[in-house]
Amino acid sequence: MKLRHLMLASAAVVALTGTAQAENVLKWGANRDIGSLDPYSFGDSFTINVLNHVYEGLVRYDRDLKIEPALAESWEILDDQITWRFKLRQGVTFHNGNPFTAEDVVASLTRVSHETSPLKGNLPAYVSAAVVDDHTVDITLNGTYPLLLNDLTNIHIFDAEWLTENDALLPTDVGAGTEGYATYNANGTGPFIVESRQPDARTVFVANPDWWDEAQHNLDRIELTPVNSAATRVAALLSGEIDFTNDAPVQDLPRLEAAPEVEVLEGVDLRTVMIGFPFRETLTTGEPNPFRDKAVREALYQAIDLDLIQQKVMRGKSRTAGATVAPQIPGYVEELDVLPVHDPDAAKAILAEAGVPKGLEFEFNCLSDGLVNEEQFCQAIASMWSRIGLAPKLDVAPRAVQSPKRTNAKTDIYTLGWATLPLLDSYSPLLQIFHSKDGNAGVFNWGGWSYPELDALVDEAGQELDVEARLALQTQALQIVKDEVIMIPLHQQPMAWAVTQDVAEMPLFPDAKPRLWFARMGGES
Amino acid sequence: MLAFLLKRTANAVFVMLAVALLAFVIFRFFGDPVEMMVNEQATLQDRIDLRERLGLNDGFLTQYTRFVTNAVQGDFGISYRNQQDVMVLIQERFPATLELVLVATLISLVVGIPAGVVTAIYRDSKLANMLQLGSIVGVSLPSFVVGIMLILAFSVTLGWLPAFGRGETVDIGWWSTGLLTPSGRAALLLPAISLSTFQVTLVMRLVRAEMLETLRADYIKFARARGVPARRVHWRHALRNCLMPVITLTGMQIGNLIAFALVTETVFQWPGMGMLFIQAVTFVDLPVMAAYLLIVSFIFVALNTLVDITYAWVDPRLRDDSARGKG
Repeated sequence: MKLRHLMLASAAVVALTGTAQAENVLKWGANRDIGSLDPYSFGDSFTINVLNHVYEGLVRYDRDLKIEPALAESWEILDDQITWRFKLRQGVTFHNGNPFTAEDVVASLTRVSHETSPLKGNLPAYVSAAVVDDHTVDITLNGTYPLLLNDLTNIHIFDAEWLTENDALLPTDVGAGTEGYATYNANGTGPFIVESRQPDARTVFVANPDWWDEAQHNLDRIELTPVNSAATRVAALLSGEIDFTNDAPVQDLPRLEAAPEVEVLEGVDLRTVMIGFPFRETLTTGEPNPFRDKAVREALYQAIDLDLIQQKVMRGKSRTAGATVAPQIPGYVEELDVLPVHDPDAAKAILAEAGVPKGLEFEFNCLSDGLVNEEQFCQAIASMWSRIGLAPKLDVAPRAVQSPKRTNAKTDIYTLGWATLPLLDSYSPLLQIFHSKDGNAGVFNWGGWSYPELDALVDEAGQELDVEARLALQTQALQIVKDEVIMIPLHQQPMAWAVTQDVAEMPLFPDAKPRLWFARMGGES
Repeated sequence: MLAFLLKRTANAVFVMLAVALLAFVIFRFFGDPVEMMVNEQATLQDRIDLRERLGLNDGFLTQYTRFVTNAVQGDFGISYRNQQDVMVLIQERFPATLELVLVATLISLVVGIPAGVVTAIYRDSKLANMLQLGSIVGVSLPSFVVGIMLILAFSVTLGWLPAFGRGETVDIGWWSTGLLTPSGRAALLLPAISLSTFQVTLVMRLVRAEMLETLRADYIKFARARGVPARRVHWRHALRNCLMPVITLTGMQIGNLIAFALVTETVFQWPGMGMLFIQAVTFVDLPVMAAYLLIVSFIFVALNTLVDITYAWVDPRLRDDSARGKG
């Protein structure tokens, strides 16, 4: 009898350990699929973010979004000020077992900056890279440039040998109609290995047991499934078919919060939502453009009831912004973050004084698939402007339709959200948005403004290697943006993720990038 | 007959060219793929270069001719977003859509035919009235609403069936099927039901109307008078004579279902051609959009032409008509 009990007991123990050792599978329901397994194939940040679980850069952001060493252990700027020497981490292997060496870095940088690569803009200052020895590499730039490390966080390192073997040294080129091996296969150094992929259905990652870094996650597998329809995503979360989504629809948050098995993770995104003005001589209607007058821009700013938008349109979940960058972004200072007094009557008076005709018509260009509640806040703002005697014509359509109008000056006032990614530095909007259109600069300067004083500050910052001095210059430039009301900052938009109770830890990052190498599931004893 | 065949085929080719032209014109005004392909850090020059490399700066006629020449050879180019051969992408998705459509068709026949017969035989009974009422609901509810309601009932509340996806699939050659695995069959059920709701009511109403007609025919009266059991009269003699139009309709509707599957596929994240198309629209993936439109219209045109030719073959009067119309 005793023996039988013992056997039963041991059977139970076996069963228990069996459960405790069950795999931790995180089922991730994203709002869309990654484009391909090749991070260099399409300028899509979601694809790059997901593939960061497989591929890594020389440096990376830590939990506090500070840069820390990853595949490079240390770096220094050589005496010529334009060459950076990186000491690489030793003993790192790719998923196929190949060792990680300087060759790999050179091949990857060459590949991403090749002329057919859609991502070559991610390394704006890059000129060339050279092997010094097996674990040292020199990167030469086109001048002194302080933000190379920020750029490198997003440049994933491939295995040179693997690329050569599979004839994938060059990026895929849609124009030439070529496909690439790396589109279907992946071989990185990262914490997860791609096990299988069926586009639009499922991509499976398994934990890399030989990862060079100590794993903080306890996941064995990640199953990434795109679920485009928001209603289906919510249903899948409630029925436990997915454990995690990085896009919990705003309109369904109350319902998800009410469900006992789901936890909603809410935060405020780094993305600052702004409204841009045209600076051309005439409006799209052919009328003279009153927005060239700073006083008129200020009047439009004053006419917007920011509190009302925060409370009603954004349901109290956004952070009203006075500055054009979020507080976490280097270059931000509190003095920039001053809000104007909402005063429609004063705004009306200013418009009258500036000689703006009553009922002035202009286009107001918004996206239907862009920012959080964009259509609603655009409508609200349009009616606020109507109240001070203007006649904005609201034009809401998908990004694909609106982008050409915006870049070709076929519209007047427009919205823009800027998260400063992947740099996470105020240099990014200053160069891309606020600088005059000139070569690499001012690509998003859709309004066509030009402030030589601001340009000089930004150009100087772009060559200043001392962090403090650089940030001081950038703050000064941001002050000009603020004083001249080049764009109206509205708010940092809310973001929401949701997990089921099986997930013990899922750090929410303000750059909205899921980093599942920090995630933990509750299944483990 | 040969003249008719040629004429009908020429018609089909003309329709296809027109579709290609339409698709092309729409895309010209659709948006700029380059803006979606590069990321925020790309410079103006990068964008201009990419546009040039994609051939988007060429004249309209050059682009259209190039597109048609390649399409005829089955070459639709490379998807901008997935960086894969478009034909391969569509080939991978086609089995999923076709399985969904065939199962939905099967459901519509298995449910629709008996329901139609019942409503025709027991015209004013409670059951018939309920079925009639149900068919009105089926016709009026948009299929995405049906889909979401099914998900709410069977996935969220009851937890019986998955809310999305295709389950495990088995590859037979290049054909991937979900019919051979339990999870694949479970995943197929809700989308197929949701896609078939409209079709069920269509079949039911058609069968009902045909049955009412047939039941008045002399040979039915004769059979009844002869003492043939009612069951046999209804289900064998009468129904058989109603099926011809049902089969024609079902065949023609397959093209429709493939196109309509787009909505169902979006709701259920069914990895079929419709899903591929929706994603392509979001990303202005012109090669995929063009290929999808052409292939779906090709299926339509092919089915129609086939039906026409079969009819002409069966019924010589149609041939004569078309010959006379020409002269």
